[in-house]
Amino acid sequence: MQPSSLAFQTKASDALADPNLQKALGGIKTGWQRGRILAADRLPEFEQLRDQARDIKNHALEHLDFYLEAFEARVLDAGGQVHWARDAAEARAIIQGICQDNGAKTVTKSKSMIAEEIGLNDHLEAAGITPVETDLGEYIIQLRKEPPSHLVGPAVHLTRDQVSDLFAATHDLPRTEDPTELVGQARTVLRQKYLAADVGITGANFLIAETGSAITVTNEGNAELTQGLPKVHVVIASLEKVIPSMEDAFTLLRVLARSATGQEFSTYTTVMTGPKRTEDHDGPEQFHVVLLDNGRSKMIGSKFQDMLRCIRCGACMNNCPVYLAAGGHAYGWVYVGPMGSVLTPQFVGIESAHTLPNASSFCGRCEEVCPVRIPLPNLMRHWREEQFKRQLVPSTVRWGLGIWGYVAKRPALYRFATRVAMAMLGRMGRKEGSFASLPLAGGWTASRDLPAPQGKTFMQQWKKKRRGGAR
Amino acid sequence: MTSAASSPPAQPRVGLFVTCLVDLFRPSVGFAAVKLLEDAGCTVEVPEAQTCCGQPAFNSGDRATTEDLVRGLLDAFEGYDYVVAPSGSCAGMLRAHVPDLFENDKATAARAAEFAGRCHELVSFLVDVMGVKRVDAALERVATYHDSCSGLRELKIKRQPRRLLQSVEGLELAEMAEPEVCCGFGGTFCVKYPQISTKMVENKVQDVAASGADLLLAGDLGCLMNMAGRLARQGSPIEVRHVAEVLAGELDAPPIGRPADA
Ligand code: SF4
Repeated sequence: MQPSSLAFQTKASDALADPNLQKALGGIKTGWQRGRILAADRLPEFEQLRDQARDIKNHALEHLDFYLEAFEARVLDAGGQVHWARDAAEARAIIQGICQDNGAKTVTKSKSMIAEEIGLNDHLEAAGITPVETDLGEYIIQLRKEPPSHLVGPAVHLTRDQVSDLFAATHDLPRTEDPTELVGQARTVLRQKYLAADVGITGANFLIAETGSAITVTNEGNAELTQGLPKVHVVIASLEKVIPSMEDAFTLLRVLARSATGQEFSTYTTVMTGPKRTEDHDGPEQFHVVLLDNGRSKMIGSKFQDMLRCIRCGACMNNCPVYLAAGGHAYGWVYVGPMGSVLTPQFVGIESAHTLPNASSFCGRCEEVCPVRIPLPNLMRHWREEQFKRQLVPSTVRWGLGIWGYVAKRPALYRFATRVAMAMLGRMGRKEGSFASLPLAGGWTASRDLPAPQGKTFMQQWKKKRRGGAR
Repeated sequence: MTSAASSPPAQPRVGLFVTCLVDLFRPSVGFAAVKLLEDAGCTVEVPEAQTCCGQPAFNSGDRATTEDLVRGLLDAFEGYDYVVAPSGSCAGMLRAHVPDLFENDKATAARAAEFAGRCHELVSFLVDVMGVKRVDAALERVATYHDSCSGLRELKIKRQPRRLLQSVEGLELAEMAEPEVCCGFGGTFCVKYPQISTKMVENKVQDVAASGADLLLAGDLGCLMNMAGRLARQGSPIEVRHVAEVLAGELDAPPIGRPADA
């Protein structure tokens, strides 16, 4: 996917003017955002669980090489194969190879952000292999040829009305607005695809070093059908998904579901270990794990290491006022919301995404809700520092900052300059009390008045009234 | 009392950090802060060498300018028992972020950490450090309190202002549905992303109006100017003030954004 993050401003404005999108985004507040609060309230030890979750991920990241090797050994023991992919191109080639070795024409896919990250669908299609998304949301956006707009709900930007229209146009069935019927329609279409598929590709929420298992959670059960029905199962996962043990996974799952949707547990938790054994009734004949680095190993030991704790719950976006106004597509790449504002520059380069870490009021709500306590605003600030260092800040802003900094470092000059400016503004604004417009302040006054200063600065008045400061 | 400090000296010497916005736009907040601090038994001084806490530079990624400005503050506030600011955002900068600066300068980093430990936001300082339980003020109004983000999340300011407001005679508190949601100010954010900021402040003022309050209070002038500006644009009768003005009973200045003769 070509990043278009530099167009954030324009896309966000379009989003604000799109009533369907605003309605759909409103649903996140009443749904997932509220759900998380209720779920957290019901669990007295929620805050301790978050600490544990953070510690588990930190420990795994500190010893990442050890746990990855252990994971690989267990996968091999179970009869599976592990493929290491340095970047997106390698991962795509590996998966295409596995498909072609097995003469695959159709592959079913259960929701995977990594597959989005490496642009897998387009690549497979170009190679003559048809990818079929089996998650309802992914299925919808595949039909619409759109990228996901949310980690957990890829089609959350659409209203039910829009989905009804889409299904009526795609499926040969009468239009319905009934959610159960809509799901039913998708199920019917997808069921045939499951049976026809030669390869099933799933992501993984966690990789377990202790057992060589991959774990996915869904609410639709589509991961099971994707991994269990075709004869070949491919798990595509990034390096930082590995954690030591099954017990750790259950701790993480408890905070994941609550933070994501407010559920105590997702409806389906699927543990996948190796290919079908002789005593198994069904299951895939081959089990492949593709481990993707794509720049993550470089994040270890860097200022951005904390970001690798992310368990993709979506809470940061559900609670972000900027995301809730702009929607996911404004972010212009696979990852959206606050976590995307940290990750996207990492993947596509700060030159192509510096708009994102700036599109934050630093309200800190994302950090407050993140189940693994990632300091998202601080990480966005690191990107702003990087942007400043590389002179990617517009020259007008640099100049403005430079002049302001020069004056602010010189208290006497600052006193003088501010005294003159405030006296002038104060006089101009005295009658109305605020300005409806002011040169150079259009960003402010387009939608709000600017309260006028009282006239004399505090420092000026204080000096007169009191004996003065300490020096 | 929180862990913030061992018990304060009998008459602590407080250096008031006025903050840019209060200094330039609304000095009356500074005088209200002085009154509250003196009523609580502090000696208040205002070091002249202070300017800005460095946030605009810090949040723009300009570390060098930030560190230069903070160095100035370390000198200006040397020797005070406490440094108090009528702003959660500036106090958050001083308390929560200053200790992370000066990565390559150990000596200054140590000074910065010591300085940060002495810094406080005004209302939380009064309640948590000085043990103030009530104020001597009266106002017959229905007020709602907006929790500004930095104060709330970096400094855990939530119950302190409400506690003192409850002691204001005649004042009734009406909570918003979402008092903790950002108003959309965010320093330079509001001019860098004006459309999103507008949407956020619009949501906020709707919540304010729905609370039934006729007076909006908060502890940060940036947020207050943003919300007052939006309310004024809509011709709303809701008045906006800094919480310190109400707590100090210093209400001579017209509400934020209103003309002097209103
Ligand atoms: S950054 Fe935190 S809140 Fe956001 S998706 Fe990742 S784990 Fe969830």
